[in-house]
Amino acid sequence: MTNNHDRSIAFVRTEDVPAAPPPPNAAGPTKWLKDNLFATIPNSILTIVALLVIYLILQGTLPWLLNGVWVSPSLSVCRDILDGATGACFAVLTERWNQLLFGFQYPADLYWRPGLAFILLFFAAAPVLFFDLPRKLLIFTALYPFIAFYLIWGGSILTPIVALVGVVAGAAVYQRYVKGSFALGFFAGIVAALIVWNLGGLIIPDEEITEGAMRSVASRDLGGFMLNMMLGVTCVSLSVPLGIALALGRQSSMPLIKYICVIFIEFIRGVPLITLLFVASVMLSYFFPPEATVDLFLRVVIMITMFSAAYIAEVIRGGLAALPKGQYEAGDSLGLDYAQSMRLIILPQALKISIPGIVNVAVGLFKDTTLVSVISMFDLVGMIRGPILASTDWQGIYWELFGFAALLFFVVCYGISQYSQWLERRLATDHR
Amino acid sequence: MNKTVFFGAVAVAGLAASMGSAATLDDIKERGSLNCGVTTGLVGFASPDANGVWTGFDVGVCRAVAAAIFGDPTAVEFVPTTGKTRFTSLASGEIDLLARNTTWTFSRDVDLKFDFVGVNYYDGQGFMVPKELGVSSAKDLDGATVCIQTGTTTELNLADFFRTNNISYEPVPIETNAEAQQQYLAGACDVYTTDASGLAATRASFENPADHVLLPEIISKEPLGPLVRHGDNDFGDIARWTLNALITAEELGVTSANVEELGAAAGNNPEINRLLGTEGELGAMLGLEADWAKNAIAAGGNYGELFEKNIGENTPIGLARGLNAQWTDGGLIYSPPFR
Amino acid sequence: MTSITDPPQGSFRPSMLINDTRYRSYTFQAIAFIVLAASIGYLLDNLFENLAAQGLEISFGFLAAPAGYDINQTLIEYTSQSSNLRAAVVGILNTLLVAVLACVTATVFGVLAGVLRLSNNWLVAKLMAIYVEIFRNIPVLIWILIIYGIMTIVLAAPRDFRGDDPAASMFLGLAAFTNRGVYIPLPQFTRGFGAAELGAIWDWLLVIALLIGSLIATRFVTARATRIQEATGIRPKTLMTNLAIWFAPLILTFLILGLTFEIPALRGFNFAGGIKIGAPLIAIWFALSIYTGAFIAENVRAGIQAVSKGQTEAAAALGIRPGRIMSLVILPQALRVIIPPLISNYLNITKNSSLAILVGYADVTATLGGITLNQTGRAIECVLLLMLFYLLISLLISAVINVYNNAIKLKER
Repeated sequence: MTNNHDRSIAFVRTEDVPAAPPPPNAAGPTKWLKDNLFATIPNSILTIVALLVIYLILQGTLPWLLNGVWVSPSLSVCRDILDGATGACFAVLTERWNQLLFGFQYPADLYWRPGLAFILLFFAAAPVLFFDLPRKLLIFTALYPFIAFYLIWGGSILTPIVALVGVVAGAAVYQRYVKGSFALGFFAGIVAALIVWNLGGLIIPDEEITEGAMRSVASRDLGGFMLNMMLGVTCVSLSVPLGIALALGRQSSMPLIKYICVIFIEFIRGVPLITLLFVASVMLSYFFPPEATVDLFLRVVIMITMFSAAYIAEVIRGGLAALPKGQYEAGDSLGLDYAQSMRLIILPQALKISIPGIVNVAVGLFKDTTLVSVISMFDLVGMIRGPILASTDWQGIYWELFGFAALLFFVVCYGISQYSQWLERRLATDHR
Repeated sequence: MNKTVFFGAVAVAGLAASMGSAATLDDIKERGSLNCGVTTGLVGFASPDANGVWTGFDVGVCRAVAAAIFGDPTAVEFVPTTGKTRFTSLASGEIDLLARNTTWTFSRDVDLKFDFVGVNYYDGQGFMVPKELGVSSAKDLDGATVCIQTGTTTELNLADFFRTNNISYEPVPIETNAEAQQQYLAGACDVYTTDASGLAATRASFENPADHVLLPEIISKEPLGPLVRHGDNDFGDIARWTLNALITAEELGVTSANVEELGAAAGNNPEINRLLGTEGELGAMLGLEADWAKNAIAAGGNYGELFEKNIGENTPIGLARGLNAQWTDGGLIYSPPFR
Repeated sequence: MTSITDPPQGSFRPSMLINDTRYRSYTFQAIAFIVLAASIGYLLDNLFENLAAQGLEISFGFLAAPAGYDINQTLIEYTSQSSNLRAAVVGILNTLLVAVLACVTATVFGVLAGVLRLSNNWLVAKLMAIYVEIFRNIPVLIWILIIYGIMTIVLAAPRDFRGDDPAASMFLGLAAFTNRGVYIPLPQFTRGFGAAELGAIWDWLLVIALLIGSLIATRFVTARATRIQEATGIRPKTLMTNLAIWFAPLILTFLILGLTFEIPALRGFNFAGGIKIGAPLIAIWFALSIYTGAFIAENVRAGIQAVSKGQTEAAAALGIRPGRIMSLVILPQALRVIIPPLISNYLNITKNSSLAILVGYADVTATLGGITLNQTGRAIECVLLLMLFYLLISLLISAVINVYNNAIKLKER
C-alpha cells in the first residue's frame, strides 16, 4: 500500500523551504526607522522637529567648538588669531586651568598634594560604594580623612596623627564598654577621644611650617573646583551620621527629642541654602566667643553640613518607615535594647534602602556648593566670576569658562547618578 | 597652653584665629600677620595677578601697615570681601583692617561703629555712556537704563540724583564690576555708573576706549579710606599714621629709593628725621620700632609712588592725580604734621 | 500571678533613672533639654557680648526708614523714598511672582519632557533623556548665569533697532526681543467705560465676566449633549456651538469697546509702550523652569511607569483610543504618584528663586537680604527676617502637601 501511495505522489519535499527575505520595508534599518521614527504622522512630525532642533544646536555650536583657539595669552590676542571667524577661545582654560581647579592662592608647586588627595579619594570611596570589595579596604577609608587633611593643609604631621590616635582611643574604649550599654560606650568613647586630643594638643608645635613640600596652607587659600570637591565630600560624610541621628530622633518616642529634631529638620528644609550661607558669612561669627573667630571655610562647612543633614534625615526616615513593622518587633522579641536593635537590625536594612536617596542628596549638595561663590569664596564659579573675568587679560570671555564649569560638574554628577542607578538595580534584585 | 587637637588643627590650618576687640595690635603681633580685607578684584585697587599675588593701591596700604608693624610687607593675609560681607568681617574680627575703597559716611562711622583712619583716595560718582548716544550731560539721561554695582553707596546717590533732577531711569543692579562691564558693552544698559576712578579703569580696559565718554557730572563725594573697628584706638592710630607717613613722605620727597639713605642717620630736615625715626620717639609712642615709617615707605614707596605704580597715568587705569594731588600742588592730600 | 518580667513596684531608686526603661526616657530628655538650653544660652550670651563689645544692638527700626534706592521692577507703588519695609514687600511680591510663573512653566516643560521621554519615537525619547540628564547634573547657579548670558549677550540691544539699516528688527513689527526685556503689545480700549485708569479695570472685569458666562454656557451645552447621547446613543455635534459661545460675545464686546493694541516703539533710550517683561525676570524664570522641568520630567516618567501595564492593556481591551488611555486611565492614577514630589519641586523653585540676585532681579533676597542689608549694615535682622519669610512659605506649601496626601489616600472600603 505504501508503495502505491509513494508512487501516486510525484514529489515530496523533505526539507523546509528557506524563509523568504522579509520585504525591504519590514526589516533592517528601514523597519527600525519606520517603527521608531515614522510610525504615525504626528510621530513623523516630532521626528522632523527633533532633527531640526539638533541641526540648529549643532550649527550654532560646532564651528565655535571646532575652531577653538587653544594657545593665546589673552582674549584680545585670541580674537586677533581668530580674525573675525567664529571660534572659542579655549586658551583661557589652558592659561588658567590651575586657577580654575585649585584657586588662585594655592601654591603652584604644591598642586600635587590636592591632586594626590583626589586620587586617593577613589580608593577610599571604593569600598563604601562597592560592597563586593574586600572589607579590609575600609581601614584605608577610615584613615583617608587624616591623610587628606594632611595633604591639603599640610603643616605638622603630628596634628592628623594625634587626631587619629584620639579616634582610635575613642573607638577602643567604645568597643570595651559597648557590651554593657551603648550609651555608656558611646559617651566613654567620646570622653576618651577628648582626653587624647587635649593631651596631644600639647605636643603639637605652635609654629606653622612655612618651608618645604609639606608646608601649611591657609584655608582661605583654597579655591577652584578643589573647594567644591572638598565642601561636597566633607559635608556629605559629616552629614550622614548627623542625618541618622536626626532621623532616629524624629522617630523617637521621647517628645522633647522628637520635637527638637522635627523643628531643626523643618527649619533647615524650609529656608534656601543661600540664606544659611548668609548666616555663615555675616551672622555666625557673632555667635562664637568674642576671643575667637572661626574661619569662613569652617563656618560654611558647619552650615552646609546642617543643611544636608536635614535632607539626609528625611531620606533615612523614609528608609525606616519602609521597613516592615515585623523587623522592629523581631528586635524586641530577641530581647535587644533600643541601641542594639537599631544598630544590628533596623539601621543596616534602612540604610541600604536609603542609599540611592542619600546619593541623590549628595549630588544635589555637590551642585549647591557653587552657591558659596555668592559669599565671596572662590570656588570654581567664584574664580570665574571674580579673578578671571575681572582680569585685564580675559575680561569679556564668558561661554568657554561657564561651559568648562558645566562640563566638570556634569561629569562628576552624571557619574554619581549612574552609580546610584546601578546600585538601585542591584538592591532591587537583592530584595527579591 | 591647653588646647585640644581640634583647635590645634584648626589653628594650624588657619581656620581659627584669636581676636580681641581691645587688643588688636597684640593679636596681630602674636599671629605674625595682618588680616586685611580687600575687594574680590578691582584692577588697580586690589586684584590678584595670575600668580595669586595681590597688587593694587589699597593693597599697598595694607602692605605698608604690615611693614610698619613687622618690618615685612608680605606679612599680610588678604581676605577678599564683598559689599555684603565687608562690614561684618571687620566687626567680627575676621579682618583687622578694611582697605576696600569704602566710602567714609556718617552712618558707617557712627551707626555701624567703625573708625575711618583717613582718606587714601578722593573719588566721586560719575557716568559713562557710549559716544554714539550723543549724550553730553547726565541730565539728558531721562528714561535711560543704568547699570549699578550693587552694595555700594552709588545706588543711593543715583536715586537721589535722578530724584532731585526729576528725571526717570531704570536701575540694573549688578553684583560684580566684571559683569557690569559685560552688561554695559552688550548694550543691556545705556549708562554705567560707579566711582569715577572705577569708570576710568573700566574704560581703559575696553577694546575701543574712544567709543565711550565720561559725563562731566560728578554726583557725589566719595572719600575712600581704610577703616578699623570703633574703640580699636591703638591699632587705629597705627593705620592712620602709616597712611599719614606715606603722604608726608611724598610731601617731603622721601621715596622708596632714598628712604634707606635718609633713614640711616639723622639729616638736616628734622621732620624727616622724626618721620624716619632717627630723631624723637614717635615709633615707641605707637608701640612700634623706631624705623616703622621707614619700613612702611620702603614697602611700596610713598603715597605718590603707590599712586603712580598702581593707578597713575602710566598704568592702564590712567588716572590723573586731580583731587588726590598733595595740598602743595592744589590737591586735597594733606597729612597732619609728625611732631 | 506575677510574672518575672513585671517591674518591681513601689520602691523608686535613683539608679532606675538609668536602668529602668520607664524612667530612662525622662533622664535622656532632661539631659537633652539641659544641653540644648545650655548651648542656646551660650550662643545668645556670645551674641550679646559681641554686640555689646561693638556697641550695637538688635533693632528693627531701620525697616521704617527710607530705603533710598530704586527698584527696576515693582508690582506695587514704590519710590526711593519708600521705607525699607516696603522694599522688602516689593521683593516678596517679586519672589512670589517669579515662583508662580516658574512653577507653571516648569510643570509644562516637565510633563512634556516626561511624556515624550516615554514616546515610541526613538529620537525624541533620546533627546528628552539628554535634556533631563544635562539639566539635572549641572548646578542651577551655572544655568542661571548661562541663560542670563544668552539673554544679554545674544539678544539685540535696543540700539541695534535704531538707524536706517538696523541690525535687528521687531518680530512681525509687533514685539521686540531685546537684551533689556521683551516688549509685547498692550491691549487697550478706546471706547471703554470712562477714560480714567479705573475705567480700564471695569472693561477687563466685563471681559472676564463674559468668559465665565461662556464657560458656564459651554458646560451646559456639553452636559445636554451627553444627556442626549445617553438617551439616544447619538451625540449631537457641539463643536461649532461651543466655538460660537466662546468667541461671538467676546468679539462683539471688543468691537463695541474699540479694542486696539499699543505697539511698543523705540523712543529715547528704550522701547516705550506695550508691556515690558524685564530681562532679569525672564532669565531667572526661564532658568528655574527649564532646570526644575528636568526634575519634574523624571517624576512624571516615574509616575507613569508606576501605573501597571495591565491598566493600559485593560483600557485597550475596552476599546479606548490610545490618546484617551493616557488622559482617562494612566494619568489619573499616575498623578497620585506625581503630585507629592511635584509640590516639593515647587518648593525648590521658590527657594532657588533666591538666586535671582545673580541676574539683578529684585526678589526678597536682593532687596531685604541684599541692598537693604548692605546699606543699613543690619545683617542679623535682615537675615532673620529673610529666613522667616522663606520658612513661612515652605510651611504653607508643606501644609498643602499634607492636605493633598490625606485627600488622595486610597479609601479602602
